[in-house]
Amino acid sequence: MAEVLVYVDHVDGAVRKPTLELLTLARRLGEPVAVALGAGAGATAAVLAEHGAVKVLTADAPEFADYLVVPKVDALQAAYDAVSPAAVLLPSSAEAKEIAARLAVRIGSGLLTDAVDLEAGADGPVATQSVFAASFTTKTRVSRGTPVITVKPNSAPVEAAPAAGAVETLAVTFGERSTGTKIVSRSPRESTGRPELTEAAIVVSGGRGVNGAENFAVIEALADSLGAAVGASRAAVDAGWYPHANQVGQTGKSVSPQLYIASGISGAIQHRAGMQTSKTIVAINKDAEAPIFDLVDYGIVGDLFDVVPKLTEEVEARKG
Amino acid sequence: MSLRIVVCVKYVPDATGDRHFADDLTLDRDDVDGLLSELDEYAVEQALQIAGEADDAEITVLTVGPEDAKDALRKALSMGADKAVHVEDDALHGTDVLGTSLVLAKAIEKTGYDLVICGMASTDGTMGVLPAILAERLGVPQVTLLSEVSVGGGQVKGRRDGDTASELLEASLPAVVSVTDQSGEARYPSFKGIMAAKKKPVQSFDLEDLDIEPGDVGLAGAWTAVDGATQRPARTAGTVVKDEGEGGKQLAAFLAERKFI
Ligand SMILES: Cc1cc2nc3c(=O)[nH]c(=O)nc-3n(C[C@H](O)[C@H](O)[C@H](O)COP(=O)(O)OP(=O)(O)OC[C@H]3O[C@@H](n4cnc5c(N)ncnc54)[C@H](O)[C@@H]3O)c2cc1C
Ligand SMILES: Cc1cc2nc3c(=O)[nH]c(=O)nc-3n(C[C@H](O)[C@H](O)[C@H](O)COP(=O)(O)OP(=O)(O)OC[C@H]3O[C@@H](n4cnc5c(N)ncnc54)[C@H](O)[C@@H]3O)c2cc1C
Repeated sequence: MAEVLVYVDHVDGAVRKPTLELLTLARRLGEPVAVALGAGAGATAAVLAEHGAVKVLTADAPEFADYLVVPKVDALQAAYDAVSPAAVLLPSSAEAKEIAARLAVRIGSGLLTDAVDLEAGADGPVATQSVFAASFTTKTRVSRGTPVITVKPNSAPVEAAPAAGAVETLAVTFGERSTGTKIVSRSPRESTGRPELTEAAIVVSGGRGVNGAENFAVIEALADSLGAAVGASRAAVDAGWYPHANQVGQTGKSVSPQLYIASGISGAIQHRAGMQTSKTIVAINKDAEAPIFDLVDYGIVGDLFDVVPKLTEEVEARKG
Repeated sequence: MSLRIVVCVKYVPDATGDRHFADDLTLDRDDVDGLLSELDEYAVEQALQIAGEADDAEITVLTVGPEDAKDALRKALSMGADKAVHVEDDALHGTDVLGTSLVLAKAIEKTGYDLVICGMASTDGTMGVLPAILAERLGVPQVTLLSEVSVGGGQVKGRRDGDTASELLEASLPAVVSVTDQSGEARYPSFKGIMAAKKKPVQSFDLEDLDIEPGDVGLAGAWTAVDGATQRPARTAGTVVKDEGEGGKQLAAFLAERKFI
């Protein structure tokens, strides 16, 4: 059976959920061979094996942490040369997309980014993409070389499918250019204890209507009652009320949760681009004409400062 | 020595318009107005600021696109860029990202450069990968997705705010940079800028000028194929109620019915 390379996104050995989703998709195309790089790479093997990796190729070297992107491309290329896979799959994070892109150039292959689904087809994998702010769905394919495809979070279920997951060390020779861009320092993002925005099943977002940084406590309280991540519109971020890392939309994060609750957000096209594929959409806005209401499964025309706290109270009571 | 900056800008369909695919499943450019990708305005802005700090700098804006794409170049020139390069050829219709990057790399090499600046993503394809590919093709460092950037002493420095961490980056010139919409608000062209732009040179290249085989670009040469595009059905109208004091409760009932609580 053909082998499929899966690039592993992990933080010090903790595998992030989108990688487990990739393994589900990879199994539709062949046998997943996972590639884990950097500190903690070896520690990823157990969970990868549990989700279908027949082999786990690992490599660690200071280059991965000290220089931007290129050392990881060198390593993935080494894995590609060793395995001759039928496809290479990566998560659609900013960094992994750049790794995918440079690998595609090196191996002379086509590149598809931000797939939301993947199936085996007669001429290789067929990707579904959601384009133009999710107003169109396309079916695309790589027509030259080995398909290199990045996949958005929440595109497939995480499924247990135990496999051997034999760990092998990957030999990597770093090219001259791998040390071109030095990472001088790194400050990790502080954890809020809430789920990661792109991976969360529920996202509660606030916009300009929240009207102040301190008022975001209202949004956070609802999020915490539902076990949700907190999002924000660009207007709220630009006003300095919430960190940019929480921005949902075209230039922020793209989310596709089971439930998206927008409060005080008008629904501009650039915001919709990042949340329109959410399964259930709820909005609270005091303007009945706000475009966000065109998208909703349930909408409340009202003041968020009345509606949201009562909703939170009710959620807590029902959990009671 | 003069600092030669090339800014890559894309001509895209207006995102607030009704964007569509044509019969050959490429972008339908006839039905909707085109403009300079808004995210590339941030690239032009940073180029202007970097040039302002340098002893002597020249900014060239570069686009690959159809005849109308000159509008995007004019906008960038009216913001303050010095000259423009337009790569235009009928054979380019339907080019994908590997092809576009090939054309851009050849045009950049022909123009000469110390620094290439791109936007973080186009507002149509939104791949966000072209700057990394350019760096790979040109064989120079990539310093991408910067929310802050500065250039001095033959070096480019910047801050990249990633998913899990914020990183300070540093590389020697020549290099390829991309900047995010957090890098600083883009200026509006002044009336004087708009008038001056009309007199600035716009050079045109076709594929032959760049020694590119037509078979390596366009629909025929693409590394990817689009087999189908369907419009997403409009969402069925949901329930919208006015809050008369019970809105929070009603919403909780809806969420409970859908098993979210
Ligand atoms: C290139 C580009 C990229 C962009 N990328 C993004 C992006 O990634 N994400 C993003 O969000 N935007 C993005 N934008 C900005 C986008 O166009 C909008 O400006 C932005 O989404 C507006 O945010 P908002 O809905 O919070 O604010 P507004 O549009 O001002 O809407 C505020 C809403 O709150 C309502 N409201 C006010 N008070 C209350 C109250 N007490 N109770 C209930 N409702 C209330 C109002 O009725 C209004 O509908 C981008 C723009 C450009 C040009
Ligand atoms: C809806 C849609 C989906 C697509 N999907 C794919 C796909 O899956 N695979 C694929 O190979 N191609 C795809 N394409 C084609 C691809 O978008 C173009 O080839 C494009 O020029 C490069 O990608 P981008 O604009 O998305 O680049 P991005 O990487 O998003 O752009 C980043 C920056 O690169 C620069 N840039 C990009 N294009 C140009 C240009 N023409 N001239 C000057 N500077 C430019 C700008 O500075 C821009 O800000 C798609 C196009 C569309 C419209």
